[in-house]
Order: sequence, then C-alpha cells, then structure tokens
Amino acid sequence: MKKQLVELAHARSGDKGDIANIALFAPDQATYDLLVREVTTERVRTHFAGIVTGKVERYEAPNVLALNFVLHGALNGGASRSLRSDALGKSLSSALLRMEIEV
Amino acid sequence: MKSVRIAGGLGFYGDSWQPIKASIERGNVQYVASAHLAKLTLAILQKDRQRDPNLGYTRDLAPMLLDLLPIAIPRGVKFVLNAGGLNPMAAREILLGTLKKFGMKLKVGVVLGDSVLERLDELQEVGVSLAHMDTGADITTVRDRLLFASAYLGARPLVEALDAGADIVLTGRVADAALFLAPMMHELGWRWDDWDKLAQGIVVGHLLECSGQATGGNFGGDWRSIPNLAHIGYPIAEVWENGDAVISKAPGTGGRVNFDTLREQLLYEVHDPRHYMTPDVDVDMTTLRMEEIGLDEVRVTGAKGRPAPEMLKIVAGYEDGVMGQAMLGYAWPDALAKAQLAAEIIQQQMIEVGLKTEEIVIEYIGYDSIHGPLADPTHAKDLNEVYLRIAVRCTDKKEAAKIGRLFPPLALSGPPFIGGAGGMIEPRSLLGIWPTLAPRTVIEEYIRVSVEES
Repeated sequence: MKKQLVELAHARSGDKGDIANIALFAPDQATYDLLVREVTTERVRTHFAGIVTGKVERYEAPNVLALNFVLHGALNGGASRSLRSDALGKSLSSALLRMEIEV
Repeated sequence: MKSVRIAGGLGFYGDSWQPIKASIERGNVQYVASAHLAKLTLAILQKDRQRDPNLGYTRDLAPMLLDLLPIAIPRGVKFVLNAGGLNPMAAREILLGTLKKFGMKLKVGVVLGDSVLERLDELQEVGVSLAHMDTGADITTVRDRLLFASAYLGARPLVEALDAGADIVLTGRVADAALFLAPMMHELGWRWDDWDKLAQGIVVGHLLECSGQATGGNFGGDWRSIPNLAHIGYPIAEVWENGDAVISKAPGTGGRVNFDTLREQLLYEVHDPRHYMTPDVDVDMTTLRMEEIGLDEVRVTGAKGRPAPEMLKIVAGYEDGVMGQAMLGYAWPDALAKAQLAAEIIQQQMIEVGLKTEEIVIEYIGYDSIHGPLADPTHAKDLNEVYLRIAVRCTDKKEAAKIGRLFPPLALSGPPFIGGAGGMIEPRSLLGIWPTLAPRTVIEEYIRVSVEES
C-alpha cells in the first residue's frame, strides 16, 4: 500500500547559501525505520527534479527520529539572489511531504 | 549546582521584541541574547553605510533596548546582541547617546574584528585562497562586486566583554549560537576545551537563536495544536554547570515547547548533525537526548563536542544583478488558463521591446508559486483565482523596471476578469553569497574588545 509522507511525518526546511536542508521527523521508531528504508537519497533527488540542480545527501539522527536531507543547488542561487516566491525554501519541507512511499 | 537563565531574543532584523518582555518580567532570566543578522541583513546594512558612514548597524537596537531596559535594569538583566552589524562602533555611539539621554548608566561592550572586506588582499598574501567553499570557484569572478565580507567569530571576545563588566555586549557577525554560549562561559566557569559542555552550550544557543521557531512557530507538525501564537513566548534556557539544560518559555505566554517543536529547530539549517561546525566547537547532535519533563519544559542533555576547527567561515556578499517583477490576478472561470495566456503575451512583448534578461521565472500564485513543478495539477482546472507573477533577473535597475510597465495594458487589452493590479513593484538589487574559509589565527589577531560606560 502507498502512503503520502504527509500522513506519516513532519518536516522543516532551512537555507544556507544555495543549499537547503529538509529534516523529516518520524513519530515513532517503526515509522523512522520505514523512512530510512523508503526515503532514500535517490528518491529525494528524483522527487525534486526541476527544483534542485545539484546532489542530495542524507544524514541520520536516530536520537530524534529524524532524517536530514541536504539539497545542493536548491535555491536558485541562494535566497538573496533568488527570483522565486519561496526564496528561502521554507516550503521545500512541505513539498517533500507530497512524496508517496510503500508502507 | 550553579546555573544561568538566558532568554532568546530576535531571530532576525525586523522580528518582534514584544515576547522578550514576558521572558524578562516572568521568565526570571539573567541574559537576553539576540540575533539580528541574516545574510540579507548585511547587504541592507552595507547600503545604509554607503549612504551614511554612521549607519551600518541594525536600527532596531535603540528602540528595542529603550523598550526593554526599563524592565531589565531593575532585574539586572544583561544583553548580548549582534546588532552592531557592519558598524559596531557606530551602534555603540548611538546606544551610549541614547542611554545618557535617558539617564541610564550602563557599561556597553563592543567586539570588533569580524569584518574582513578591507583585509582581503592581506589574507590572500598569507596564502588564503578565498575560493568558494562549496564550488571551489575563484573569488576573482566576484571580487570587484563585493559589498561585505564578515568572518563568523566565536564566543571568546564576547566573554571578555562580559568579564570586563559589560551590561550590554554589541557585536558584528558572530556565530549566532555564540551569543548564547558567551553568558554560559562567563557564569559557569567552563574551560575552552570542555568540548562536551561547549557542545551543550552551542546546542542550546542553536535552539534559541530563531525566536519563535523553538516554541511552536513555523511548526511543521500539528500546527493547529499550538495555542495562542498571537502571544507566543520566545524560548528560555536554564543551563547548569555540568552542561545539562532545560528549555522552556515564560508562564502565561502562547506557543509550545515540546519534543516535536524543539527537534524541528535542532536540525534547522544543519547539514551533518554529527559535525555541526561552529567557531568554538565541532558539535555532535546525534548523542543528544531531549525529554519532556513538564508542560513546556524539555530537558536537553548529552551533546558531544570535538575540538574547535582550525578554519573560520567567512561569508561575503556581492552584487548579483537586479530583480524586476510584476503581478496581476485573474478570476474564475479558467483563472489559470487566463493567467497563462497573459504570460504568453508578456513574453512576446518582452522580446519585442528587447528586454534583456538573464533569467525569467513565471509563477502562478494560488497554483504553483511555492511548490513549483511539484504542485499538484489535479487542482488546476477550477481554481477561484490565480495571480500571474513574472520575475526577471537583469544587469541594471532601468532594464528590470521595464517588466512592470508591460503589465498595466493587460487590464484593457488582455484576457478577462482581472483584480489586484496593485501598482508597480520597485526593482530590487540581488545579492550573491560567497562562503569561504580562513585560518582562525589570521582572523583572530584583529579582534578587539572594549567596554565603555554611558
């Protein structure tokens, strides 16, 4: 069965230059394990095609049941030079929650 | 065991200081640490300083302190603020003048040495490449367009100012979390190689440096569950000698401090959580424990630290063109289709008037302006209204302003049922960001700390 991440987790994104990070938070250990398995670097890179131009890295923070994605080339050159409405990438977090994963 | 209580101040220049009042009056805090500088802020301050050499600091400084000092002074509350921006000495002069005018006798400390724009040649002479930290690009490509270059300093000079008796410490660019670490070092007697304690201090500072983002603001979880955001409390930390900390907020304020709101802030703007690099310590956040010990109270323990890095980060900003933009709204039925036709018309006319752009962004507000290509197209057909927004990147203001003049004729000569033609939007200068690294020794030899009484 497929589920959208918005039903399973919450997220916050932040900016540093042209790099955005999105931290994805699971409510419990079982969901965290599921996210570790399903929300891979490759899937996130594909998900953000057309927005993110560079590489994607993933870091694990199991102590707070979180995955942290670092998206290079995500902010149209960086908040202070971006032409986008969401110059700071504050809503990239909610855009990630659109992803559907196998549960 | 000895402890210190610190209130989180502003999260950026323009943030509200009203919530700090509750922290001072009912939060039993000894310090307020306040972060005024975003990257964009330094560009604004640079323009201020170009216009008037006595500007270049964040001008919320005096009004904010005039509002807060009458309740802070009787309670002995001290302030650590990076409101000095690009001109901490001018900030000190304006503050000393204001304090004298209102008969307040306080010691103001100032930290200098973060600004390296005037020293870039010297840095290169001693072998600092100034290459872009992420791309490796050569700085010569932007060198003649640089507006500022500031190194992120650590907490040491701030502690020096507090040790010298400063009631208010003004800095330029320092690591935001260092604003919070400084009062901990001053009060708790930690050594500069107590890496785990420094790590705890930095984590606490990081949790507090974005005002309401630690207490339920911009909360991506169940945001409906956050009470009374209109009167949100900013975060307060109590930190003990052994490094343990409790994050809370003032009684009677809105917002929420719990595991979920704090873990969102923990990873905010973090890359590798095992190596959160600051000038004072390399922090491992993955050993951290956060446990709710009461309503709006979370205990934070267990961060691990490794020795401070040899290199400090410098962030420079350079002129990177001008953005022109225009907007117009279209009503149901077929709102999106009308906006799309308008976009086609504008693009044809841009070519015909020879508008020179380096980049064009077309957004449909109400449909895809925030999520871009990830917006869900199933909603596209029956939207109540859509705003067309076109933004262009140009080399100068005059060129960028042309886009705005193409929009008004659409009212009578474009697709039907417009609204929200709100007039022209001024072109805005864009700023490229250049992050780079330099050995801390060549930066720190220029740090100067002084304290003066009003």
